[in-house]
Amino acid sequence: MRTSSVLSRRATLGFLAAATAFLASPVSALNDQEASALIGKLVDDLNSIINSGKSESAMFDDFERMFARYADVPIIAQSSLGAAWRSASSSQKSAYVKAFQVYMARKYGKRFREFIGGKITVNATKQVTSGYLVNSTAKLAGSAPFALDWQVSDKSGQDKMFNLYIEGISLLATERTEIAAMLDKRKGDLNQLISDLKSIN
Amino acid sequence: MNKALDKALFKPASKAYGAVAPGVVATGVDNFANNLSLPGVVVNDLLQFKIGDAFHNTFRFALNSTVGLGGLIDVAGQNKLNARPTDFGETLFVWGVPEGTYVEMPVFGPSTQRDAFGFVVDFAFDPANSLIGKKQRQVGTAAKILKKADDRNKFSGLVESVLYDSEDSYAQSRLLYLQSRRRELHGGIDEQNLEDPYAN
Repeated sequence: MRTSSVLSRRATLGFLAAATAFLASPVSALNDQEASALIGKLVDDLNSIINSGKSESAMFDDFERMFARYADVPIIAQSSLGAAWRSASSSQKSAYVKAFQVYMARKYGKRFREFIGGKITVNATKQVTSGYLVNSTAKLAGSAPFALDWQVSDKSGQDKMFNLYIEGISLLATERTEIAAMLDKRKGDLNQLISDLKSIN
Repeated sequence: MNKALDKALFKPASKAYGAVAPGVVATGVDNFANNLSLPGVVVNDLLQFKIGDAFHNTFRFALNSTVGLGGLIDVAGQNKLNARPTDFGETLFVWGVPEGTYVEMPVFGPSTQRDAFGFVVDFAFDPANSLIGKKQRQVGTAAKILKKADDRNKFSGLVESVLYDSEDSYAQSRLLYLQSRRRELHGGIDEQNLEDPYAN
Protein backbone atom coordinates (compact mmCIF):
# COMPACT_ATOMS: atom_id res chain seq x y z
CA MET A 1 0.00 0.00 0.00
CA ARG A 2 2.72 2.36 1.15
CA THR A 3 4.87 1.74 -1.94
CA SER A 4 2.00 2.11 -4.34
CA SER A 5 0.89 5.39 -2.78
CA VAL A 6 4.44 6.72 -3.09
CA LEU A 7 4.55 5.46 -6.64
CA SER A 8 1.26 7.03 -7.53
CA ARG A 9 2.35 10.29 -5.97
CA ARG A 10 5.51 10.08 -8.04
CA ALA A 11 3.51 9.24 -11.10
CA THR A 12 1.23 12.19 -10.46
CA LEU A 13 4.17 14.52 -9.95
CA GLY A 14 5.81 13.15 -13.07
CA PHE A 15 2.66 13.66 -15.05
CA LEU A 16 2.29 17.23 -13.75
CA ALA A 17 5.91 18.00 -14.63
CA ALA A 18 5.44 16.60 -18.13
CA ALA A 19 2.18 18.50 -18.58
CA THR A 20 3.81 21.75 -17.43
CA ALA A 21 6.72 21.22 -19.79
CA PHE A 22 4.26 20.51 -22.60
CA LEU A 23 2.20 23.62 -21.87
CA ALA A 24 5.30 25.77 -21.54
CA SER A 25 6.56 24.73 -24.97
CA PRO A 26 3.62 24.28 -27.32
CA VAL A 27 4.37 22.35 -30.50
CA SER A 28 4.16 25.35 -32.84
CA ALA A 29 5.54 28.02 -30.53
CA LEU A 30 5.26 31.52 -31.94
CA ASN A 31 8.65 33.08 -32.48
CA ASP A 32 9.67 36.58 -33.44
CA GLN A 33 10.10 35.77 -37.15
CA GLU A 34 6.54 34.43 -37.26
CA ALA A 35 5.16 37.39 -35.32
CA SER A 36 6.97 39.79 -37.61
CA ALA A 37 5.86 37.84 -40.72
CA LEU A 38 2.21 37.95 -39.59
CA ILE A 39 2.28 41.73 -39.23
CA GLY A 40 4.27 41.98 -42.48
CA LYS A 41 1.45 40.16 -44.32
CA LEU A 42 -1.20 42.20 -42.53
CA VAL A 43 0.55 45.43 -43.51
CA ASP A 44 0.87 44.25 -47.14
CA ASP A 45 -2.87 43.56 -47.23
CA LEU A 46 -3.57 46.90 -45.60
CA ASN A 47 -1.33 48.74 -48.06
CA SER A 48 -3.03 47.06 -51.01
CA ILE A 49 -6.57 47.77 -49.70
CA ILE A 50 -5.91 51.45 -49.01
CA ASN A 51 -4.33 51.93 -52.41
CA SER A 52 -6.82 49.76 -54.34
CA GLY A 53 -8.97 52.70 -55.41
CA LYS A 54 -12.12 50.80 -54.40
CA SER A 55 -15.29 52.47 -53.12
CA GLU A 56 -15.61 53.12 -49.41
CA SER A 57 -18.14 50.35 -48.79
CA ALA A 58 -16.06 47.83 -50.75
CA MET A 59 -13.06 48.82 -48.62
CA PHE A 60 -15.05 48.33 -45.41
CA ASP A 61 -15.83 44.76 -46.51
CA ASP A 62 -12.15 44.17 -47.25
CA PHE A 63 -11.18 45.59 -43.86
CA GLU A 64 -13.67 43.32 -42.10
CA ARG A 65 -12.30 40.23 -43.85
CA MET A 66 -8.78 41.33 -43.03
CA PHE A 67 -9.69 41.98 -39.39
CA ALA A 68 -11.24 38.50 -39.06
CA ARG A 69 -8.22 36.90 -40.71
CA TYR A 70 -5.41 38.54 -38.76
CA ALA A 71 -6.97 39.56 -35.46
CA ASP A 72 -8.20 37.47 -32.55
CA VAL A 73 -11.63 39.10 -32.79
CA PRO A 74 -13.25 37.11 -29.92
CA ILE A 75 -10.60 38.14 -27.36
CA ILE A 76 -10.64 41.79 -28.52
CA ALA A 77 -14.45 41.82 -28.31
CA GLN A 78 -14.41 40.13 -24.91
CA SER A 79 -11.84 42.59 -23.57
CA SER A 80 -13.79 45.58 -24.94
CA LEU A 81 -16.96 44.54 -23.09
CA GLY A 82 -15.15 44.27 -19.74
CA ALA A 83 -17.20 43.04 -16.78
CA ALA A 84 -20.40 42.88 -18.86
CA TRP A 85 -18.90 39.94 -20.79
CA ARG A 86 -19.10 37.65 -17.76
CA SER A 87 -22.81 38.25 -17.20
CA ALA A 88 -23.73 37.88 -20.90
CA SER A 89 -25.44 34.70 -22.15
CA SER A 90 -23.56 32.60 -24.69
CA SER A 91 -25.88 33.68 -27.53
CA GLN A 92 -25.36 37.33 -26.53
CA LYS A 93 -21.61 36.74 -26.53
CA SER A 94 -21.52 35.37 -30.06
CA ALA A 95 -23.90 38.08 -31.34
CA TYR A 96 -21.72 40.72 -29.69
CA VAL A 97 -18.52 39.37 -31.27
CA LYS A 98 -20.15 39.50 -34.73
CA ALA A 99 -21.52 43.03 -34.24
CA PHE A 100 -18.20 44.20 -32.82
CA GLN A 101 -16.36 42.94 -35.91
CA VAL A 102 -18.59 45.04 -38.20
CA TYR A 103 -18.24 48.09 -35.96
CA MET A 104 -14.43 47.81 -35.84
CA ALA A 105 -14.09 47.41 -39.62
CA ARG A 106 -16.12 50.59 -40.20
CA LYS A 107 -14.56 52.66 -37.46
CA TYR A 108 -10.93 51.84 -38.25
CA GLY A 109 -11.60 51.48 -41.97
CA LYS A 110 -12.59 55.14 -41.94
CA ARG A 111 -9.34 56.04 -40.26
CA PHE A 112 -7.21 53.88 -42.56
CA ARG A 113 -8.82 55.63 -45.51
CA GLU A 114 -6.66 58.62 -44.56
CA PHE A 115 -3.67 56.38 -45.23
CA ILE A 116 -4.34 56.38 -48.99
CA GLY A 117 -1.04 56.99 -50.80
CA GLY A 118 0.83 56.22 -47.61
CA LYS A 119 2.93 53.24 -46.64
CA ILE A 120 3.49 51.20 -43.51
CA THR A 121 6.77 49.39 -42.91
CA VAL A 122 7.66 46.83 -40.24
CA ASN A 123 10.81 47.66 -38.25
CA ALA A 124 11.46 45.37 -35.30
CA THR A 125 9.93 42.62 -33.20
CA LYS A 126 10.44 41.96 -29.52
CA GLN A 127 9.31 39.23 -27.12
CA VAL A 128 7.26 40.51 -24.16
CA THR A 129 5.36 38.69 -21.39
CA SER A 130 2.06 38.83 -23.29
CA GLY A 131 3.57 37.54 -26.56
CA TYR A 132 5.30 39.68 -29.16
CA LEU A 133 5.42 43.38 -29.87
CA VAL A 134 5.93 44.30 -33.53
CA ASN A 135 6.93 47.88 -34.25
CA SER A 136 6.09 49.55 -37.56
CA THR A 137 6.08 53.06 -39.00
CA ALA A 138 3.32 54.69 -41.02
CA LYS A 139 4.42 57.32 -43.49
CA LEU A 140 1.49 59.33 -44.76
CA ALA A 141 1.43 62.20 -47.19
CA GLY A 142 1.60 65.57 -45.41
CA SER A 143 2.25 64.28 -41.92
CA ALA A 144 5.21 63.25 -39.82
CA PRO A 145 5.81 59.47 -39.65
CA PHE A 146 4.12 57.83 -36.67
CA ALA A 147 4.50 54.56 -34.79
CA LEU A 148 2.15 51.59 -34.99
CA ASP A 149 2.94 48.83 -32.45
CA TRP A 150 1.13 45.51 -32.81
CA GLN A 151 0.72 42.89 -30.08
CA VAL A 152 0.75 39.31 -31.35
CA SER A 153 -0.03 36.06 -29.52
CA ASP A 154 -0.73 32.40 -30.32
CA LYS A 155 -2.82 31.83 -27.20
CA SER A 156 -6.00 31.55 -29.28
CA GLY A 157 -4.45 28.49 -30.98
CA GLN A 158 -3.44 30.54 -34.02
CA ASP A 159 -0.99 33.36 -34.55
CA LYS A 160 -3.14 36.48 -34.25
CA MET A 161 -2.74 40.13 -33.42
CA PHE A 162 -4.85 41.29 -30.48
CA ASN A 163 -3.92 44.91 -29.94
CA LEU A 164 -2.53 47.92 -31.77
CA TYR A 165 -0.91 51.04 -30.31
CA ILE A 166 -1.19 54.12 -32.54
CA GLU A 167 1.49 56.51 -31.25
CA GLY A 168 1.17 54.80 -27.88
CA ILE A 169 -2.65 54.89 -27.82
CA SER A 170 -3.95 51.39 -27.11
CA LEU A 171 -6.82 50.25 -29.33
CA LEU A 172 -8.03 47.85 -26.61
CA ALA A 173 -8.12 50.63 -24.01
CA THR A 174 -9.87 53.00 -26.43
CA GLU A 175 -12.53 50.43 -27.25
CA ARG A 176 -13.01 49.44 -23.59
CA THR A 177 -13.71 53.10 -22.83
CA GLU A 178 -15.96 53.52 -25.85
CA ILE A 179 -18.01 50.36 -25.33
CA ALA A 180 -18.41 51.15 -21.61
CA ALA A 181 -19.76 54.60 -22.55
CA MET A 182 -22.13 53.09 -25.11
CA LEU A 183 -23.41 50.49 -22.68
CA ASP A 184 -23.91 53.18 -20.03
CA LYS A 185 -25.89 55.30 -22.43
CA ARG A 186 -28.16 52.33 -23.13
CA LYS A 187 -28.60 51.74 -19.40
CA GLY A 188 -26.68 48.47 -19.59
CA ASP A 189 -28.94 46.99 -22.29
CA LEU A 190 -26.52 44.66 -24.10
CA ASN A 191 -29.06 43.62 -26.77
CA GLN A 192 -29.62 47.26 -27.68
CA LEU A 193 -25.86 47.81 -27.88
CA ILE A 194 -25.45 44.78 -30.14
CA SER A 195 -28.08 45.98 -32.61
CA ASP A 196 -26.72 49.56 -32.54
CA LEU A 197 -23.10 48.45 -33.13
CA LYS A 198 -24.08 46.93 -36.46
CA SER A 199 -25.62 50.17 -37.73
CA ILE A 200 -23.21 52.74 -36.23
CA ASN A 201 -21.29 55.27 -38.41
CA MET B 1 -16.75 72.50 -22.79
CA ASN B 2 -13.48 72.11 -24.69
CA LYS B 3 -15.16 69.92 -27.27
CA ALA B 4 -17.76 72.67 -27.79
CA LEU B 5 -14.99 75.25 -28.02
CA ASP B 6 -13.06 73.06 -30.39
CA LYS B 7 -16.17 72.64 -32.53
CA ALA B 8 -17.07 76.33 -32.48
CA LEU B 9 -13.62 77.85 -32.73
CA PHE B 10 -10.63 75.68 -33.48
CA LYS B 11 -12.27 73.35 -35.97
CA PRO B 12 -13.49 76.09 -38.34
CA ALA B 13 -10.50 78.29 -37.56
CA SER B 14 -7.97 75.57 -38.23
CA LYS B 15 -9.80 74.46 -41.37
CA ALA B 16 -9.86 78.03 -42.61
CA TYR B 17 -6.23 78.50 -41.58
CA GLY B 18 -5.27 75.24 -43.26
CA ALA B 19 -7.09 76.32 -46.42
CA VAL B 20 -5.84 79.90 -46.52
CA ALA B 21 -2.29 79.51 -45.26
CA PRO B 22 -0.27 77.37 -47.64
CA GLY B 23 1.97 74.74 -46.07
CA VAL B 24 5.05 76.95 -46.21
CA VAL B 25 3.42 79.78 -44.25
CA ALA B 26 1.95 77.38 -41.68
CA THR B 27 5.38 75.80 -41.25
CA GLY B 28 6.98 79.22 -40.83
CA VAL B 29 4.52 80.13 -38.09
CA ASP B 30 5.11 76.77 -36.43
CA ASN B 31 8.90 77.21 -36.57
CA PHE B 32 8.69 80.75 -35.23
CA ALA B 33 6.59 79.70 -32.23
CA ASN B 34 8.84 76.70 -31.57
CA ASN B 35 11.94 78.87 -31.68
CA LEU B 36 10.45 81.31 -29.17
CA SER B 37 9.91 78.47 -26.71
CA LEU B 38 13.53 77.23 -26.93
CA PRO B 39 15.05 79.33 -24.08
CA GLY B 40 12.43 77.84 -21.74
CA VAL B 41 13.21 74.38 -23.08
CA VAL B 42 16.92 74.88 -22.32
CA VAL B 43 16.13 75.89 -18.72
CA ASN B 44 14.10 72.71 -18.33
CA ASP B 45 16.90 70.61 -19.87
CA LEU B 46 19.26 72.00 -17.20
CA LEU B 47 16.74 71.35 -14.42
CA GLN B 48 16.51 67.74 -15.65
CA PHE B 49 20.33 67.48 -15.72
CA LYS B 50 20.22 66.76 -19.46
CA ILE B 51 23.31 68.77 -20.32
CA GLY B 52 23.59 67.34 -23.84
CA ASP B 53 20.03 68.39 -24.66
CA ALA B 54 20.67 71.84 -23.17
CA PHE B 55 23.62 72.37 -25.53
CA HIS B 56 21.67 70.89 -28.43
CA ASN B 57 18.71 73.24 -27.91
CA THR B 58 20.92 76.30 -27.27
CA PHE B 59 22.65 75.64 -30.56
CA ARG B 60 19.28 75.18 -32.30
CA PHE B 61 18.11 78.52 -30.90
CA ALA B 62 21.31 80.32 -31.95
CA LEU B 63 21.22 78.85 -35.46
CA ASN B 64 17.53 79.35 -36.15
CA SER B 65 17.42 82.86 -34.69
CA THR B 66 20.23 84.02 -36.98
CA VAL B 67 20.59 81.96 -40.15
CA GLY B 68 16.95 80.87 -39.81
CA LEU B 69 15.73 84.48 -40.06
CA GLY B 70 14.55 84.89 -36.47
CA GLY B 71 13.18 81.37 -36.25
CA LEU B 72 11.04 81.31 -39.39
CA ILE B 73 13.17 78.56 -40.94
CA ASP B 74 14.22 75.50 -38.97
CA VAL B 75 17.78 75.50 -40.34
CA ALA B 76 18.96 73.37 -37.42
CA GLY B 77 16.30 70.71 -38.14
CA GLN B 78 17.34 70.64 -41.80
CA ASN B 79 20.88 69.85 -40.64
CA LYS B 80 19.95 66.91 -38.43
CA LEU B 81 19.70 68.99 -35.26
CA ASN B 82 16.11 67.90 -34.68
CA ALA B 83 13.78 69.36 -32.08
CA ARG B 84 14.09 67.84 -28.61
CA PRO B 85 11.15 69.43 -26.82
CA THR B 86 10.57 69.29 -23.09
CA ASP B 87 8.60 71.24 -20.48
CA PHE B 88 8.36 71.79 -16.74
CA GLY B 89 5.81 68.96 -16.48
CA GLU B 90 8.58 66.61 -17.64
CA THR B 91 11.01 68.22 -15.21
CA LEU B 92 8.58 67.42 -12.39
CA PHE B 93 8.33 63.84 -13.73
CA VAL B 94 12.13 63.55 -13.67
CA TRP B 95 12.13 64.87 -10.11
CA GLY B 96 9.71 62.12 -9.13
CA VAL B 97 6.57 64.21 -8.63
CA PRO B 98 3.49 61.97 -9.04
CA GLU B 99 1.17 62.53 -12.00
CA GLY B 100 -1.85 63.59 -9.92
CA THR B 101 -5.36 63.42 -11.29
CA TYR B 102 -6.47 64.18 -14.83
CA VAL B 103 -7.75 67.71 -15.37
CA GLU B 104 -9.15 69.61 -18.34
CA MET B 105 -7.84 73.14 -18.56
CA PRO B 106 -10.10 75.69 -20.22
CA VAL B 107 -8.98 76.31 -23.83
CA PHE B 108 -5.67 74.44 -23.44
CA GLY B 109 -7.42 71.14 -22.94
CA PRO B 110 -6.37 67.87 -21.30
CA SER B 111 -3.68 67.79 -18.64
CA THR B 112 -2.78 66.26 -15.30
CA GLN B 113 -2.25 68.13 -12.03
CA ARG B 114 1.51 67.76 -12.55
CA ASP B 115 1.39 68.94 -16.17
CA ALA B 116 -1.02 71.80 -15.48
CA PHE B 117 1.31 73.10 -12.78
CA GLY B 118 4.23 72.70 -15.19
CA PHE B 119 2.32 74.56 -17.87
CA VAL B 120 1.74 77.55 -15.58
CA VAL B 121 5.41 77.60 -14.53
CA ASP B 122 6.60 77.39 -18.15
CA PHE B 123 4.33 80.25 -19.11
CA ALA B 124 5.27 82.45 -16.15
CA PHE B 125 9.00 81.89 -16.45
CA ASP B 126 9.23 81.82 -20.23
CA PRO B 127 12.45 83.82 -20.82
CA ALA B 128 11.02 84.95 -24.14
CA ASN B 129 8.34 86.84 -22.20
CA SER B 130 10.87 88.89 -20.24
CA LEU B 131 13.62 89.23 -22.84
CA ILE B 132 11.56 90.75 -25.58
CA GLY B 133 9.38 93.81 -25.81
CA LYS B 134 5.62 94.08 -25.67
CA LYS B 135 5.10 94.14 -29.40
CA GLN B 136 7.21 91.04 -30.03
CA ARG B 137 5.40 89.34 -27.17
CA GLN B 138 2.09 89.97 -28.90
CA VAL B 139 3.48 88.54 -32.13
CA GLY B 140 4.73 85.54 -30.14
CA THR B 141 1.33 84.94 -28.54
CA ALA B 142 -0.38 85.19 -31.91
CA ALA B 143 2.15 82.70 -33.31
CA LYS B 144 1.43 80.27 -30.46
CA ILE B 145 -2.32 80.50 -31.02
CA LEU B 146 -1.84 79.95 -34.75
CA LYS B 147 0.39 76.99 -33.90
CA LYS B 148 -2.49 75.41 -31.99
CA ALA B 149 -4.75 75.94 -34.99
CA ASP B 150 -2.16 74.30 -37.24
CA ASP B 151 -1.67 71.29 -34.95
CA ARG B 152 -5.42 70.88 -34.99
CA ASN B 153 -5.39 70.96 -38.79
CA LYS B 154 -2.68 68.28 -39.06
CA PHE B 155 -4.31 65.80 -36.72
CA SER B 156 -7.93 66.67 -37.50
CA GLY B 157 -8.74 63.24 -38.91
CA LEU B 158 -7.44 61.50 -35.83
CA VAL B 159 -9.04 63.91 -33.35
CA GLU B 160 -12.32 63.78 -35.21
CA SER B 161 -12.62 60.01 -35.35
CA VAL B 162 -11.72 59.50 -31.71
CA LEU B 163 -13.50 62.48 -30.14
CA TYR B 164 -16.43 63.37 -32.36
CA ASP B 165 -17.46 59.78 -33.06
CA SER B 166 -17.28 58.95 -29.38
CA GLU B 167 -20.26 58.70 -27.07
CA ASP B 168 -18.08 59.95 -24.21
CA SER B 169 -15.54 62.44 -25.53
CA TYR B 170 -14.41 63.39 -22.01
CA ALA B 171 -13.39 59.82 -21.21
CA GLN B 172 -11.70 59.45 -24.60
CA SER B 173 -9.71 62.66 -24.39
CA ARG B 174 -8.59 61.69 -20.89
CA LEU B 175 -7.40 58.30 -22.18
CA LEU B 176 -5.78 59.83 -25.26
CA TYR B 177 -3.92 62.45 -23.29
CA LEU B 178 -2.71 60.19 -20.47
CA GLN B 179 -1.48 57.48 -22.81
CA SER B 180 0.37 59.74 -25.20
CA ARG B 181 1.87 61.82 -22.41
CA ARG B 182 3.10 58.71 -20.54
CA ARG B 183 4.58 57.39 -23.78
CA GLU B 184 6.39 60.70 -24.26
CA LEU B 185 7.77 60.72 -20.71
CA HIS B 186 8.85 57.07 -20.79
CA GLY B 187 10.41 57.51 -24.23
CA GLY B 188 8.23 54.78 -25.78
CA ILE B 189 5.49 52.32 -24.92
CA ASP B 190 5.69 51.17 -21.31
CA GLU B 191 6.50 47.49 -21.89
CA GLN B 192 5.84 46.61 -18.26
CA ASN B 193 2.20 47.60 -18.63
CA LEU B 194 1.18 46.14 -21.98
CA GLU B 195 -2.33 44.81 -22.53
CA ASP B 196 -2.77 41.10 -21.79
CA PRO B 197 -6.41 40.07 -22.30
CA TYR B 198 -5.45 36.38 -22.24
CA ALA B 199 -4.25 36.64 -18.64
CA ASN B 200 -7.70 37.52 -17.29
